[in-house]
Amino acid sequence: MNLQKNSTWQGYLRPDGTKGIRNVVVVVYLVECAHHVAREITLPYRDEAIHVIGFGGCYPNAYADRMMRMLCTHTNVGGVLLVSLGCESFNRQRLFDTIRESGRPVEQVVIQDIGGTRAAIETGRAYVASLLEAVRHVPRVTMGFADLIVGTVSGGSDATSGVTANPAVGKTYDALIRLGSTAIFENTGEMVGLEATMSRRGVTPALQIELKRAVEKAMRYYTVMGHGSFAPGNAEGGLSTIEEKSMGAYVKSGTAPISGLIKPGDRPPVAGLYLMDIVPDGEPRFGFPNPNDSSEIAELIASGAHCIFFTTGRGSVVGSAIAPVIKICANADTYRRMQEDMDINAGKILTAGVTVDELASEILNKLINTVGGIPTCSEALGHQEFVLGYKSFEPIGPSCLPS
Amino acid sequence: MEKLMHLHPLDSVAIVREPIEQLDVIVIDGHPVTFAHALGFGHKIAIRPIAKGEQIIKFGVPIGSATADIRVGEHVHLHNIESNYLVTYTHTHEFTEK
Repeated sequence: MNLQKNSTWQGYLRPDGTKGIRNVVVVVYLVECAHHVAREITLPYRDEAIHVIGFGGCYPNAYADRMMRMLCTHTNVGGVLLVSLGCESFNRQRLFDTIRESGRPVEQVVIQDIGGTRAAIETGRAYVASLLEAVRHVPRVTMGFADLIVGTVSGGSDATSGVTANPAVGKTYDALIRLGSTAIFENTGEMVGLEATMSRRGVTPALQIELKRAVEKAMRYYTVMGHGSFAPGNAEGGLSTIEEKSMGAYVKSGTAPISGLIKPGDRPPVAGLYLMDIVPDGEPRFGFPNPNDSSEIAELIASGAHCIFFTTGRGSVVGSAIAPVIKICANADTYRRMQEDMDINAGKILTAGVTVDELASEILNKLINTVGGIPTCSEALGHQEFVLGYKSFEPIGPSCLPS
Repeated sequence: MEKLMHLHPLDSVAIVREPIEQLDVIVIDGHPVTFAHALGFGHKIAIRPIAKGEQIIKFGVPIGSATADIRVGEHVHLHNIESNYLVTYTHTHEFTEK
């Protein structure tokens, strides 16, 4: 661990002094109607660090608006091209101004103004060429663990997830907190039954109450959605209670004290471990809080995560726009079948007698390689999934963040 | 390699790492235990005696309460433990005043 403690790497220095581990140009569609043009603009640049993100809805949404502003000014983003149809309700000017004020180069193409699809693609490609040239001159800067923010999700879990990959990520989280990093965990919907266990880790009594409330809110919300929390298949796999099932996912958070509670797009103010409350406030509307893994990943990135640990048993293949995803495969059989998609084989804990601590060291070494610029499996395969939907949140309360 | 896997030092249960066949004998804490039934990966086995009403500890935290006395080597599952959570939340009216 001593060697890792002193590890540094070359990141990208942003005008506000923050540091990124990638230098991506994002092409952003502001309504689904502009999605095709955005995708076409990027096609000749498949081998460059250029990702398509966007918001499909035409009705305005404060959450989506904020998510887009946070994502377009993420530390891994060097420059931005906005692609607008023209008549959508997205507040394009505000997004444009936010990006410009962050010191990043930003351009926009409005399809209706420029004369349609072909003209928009042509102009967009010229902008992308100049943005790619501009981000080549972003200054490099030494980064260390204290500069780093990580997030974690699981997807395609199976009976191995809770005993191999998730505990190994938990140990990695403990190590990263000791190294001065910031780590975010989420999915309060998977903490039902663990309110007491989890909330006790809050650093203040007031935060403990907020943590407990976040899980209670998740339970109410998922009940309305008709989300079954404990299925017969869980019992066949040896799980006996809802708290046991929840624990298998929650163990990713490790054992460090919880410094704060954030909502998507909130940036942790100081280093430490944070719970992200992903469940909307108010009466349930707009459907499931996060309908798939990619929407969870986007929220972690909007809160500043440079890199994501993704644990999977059945074998998810996703990566993400903006931030590299390190895939940690819980199941050795899945790993054998899908090796090219998996960065880490945590199944070894069951099949080869590797300890959880040894696996955590392996994850930390993979992280050091990744933040230093070596592509993860999903990056090498060209994955850049991105999903953003409708939600509504109240701002977090004063007792949620460390003073 | 060990057939059972102990996830956390505080745990009162271990989980099955390699499937256990009927009549397999496994030594747990110095005591040979003969298994009456086959058990698949992930199932829980008591590694110390657990009294009725006691918390079951896995991952270092309580995951439910014993509904019967459980012997070392016994399968720990739906027949002898129950969720603390469901008791609290499904029988609120009967249990809140206890």
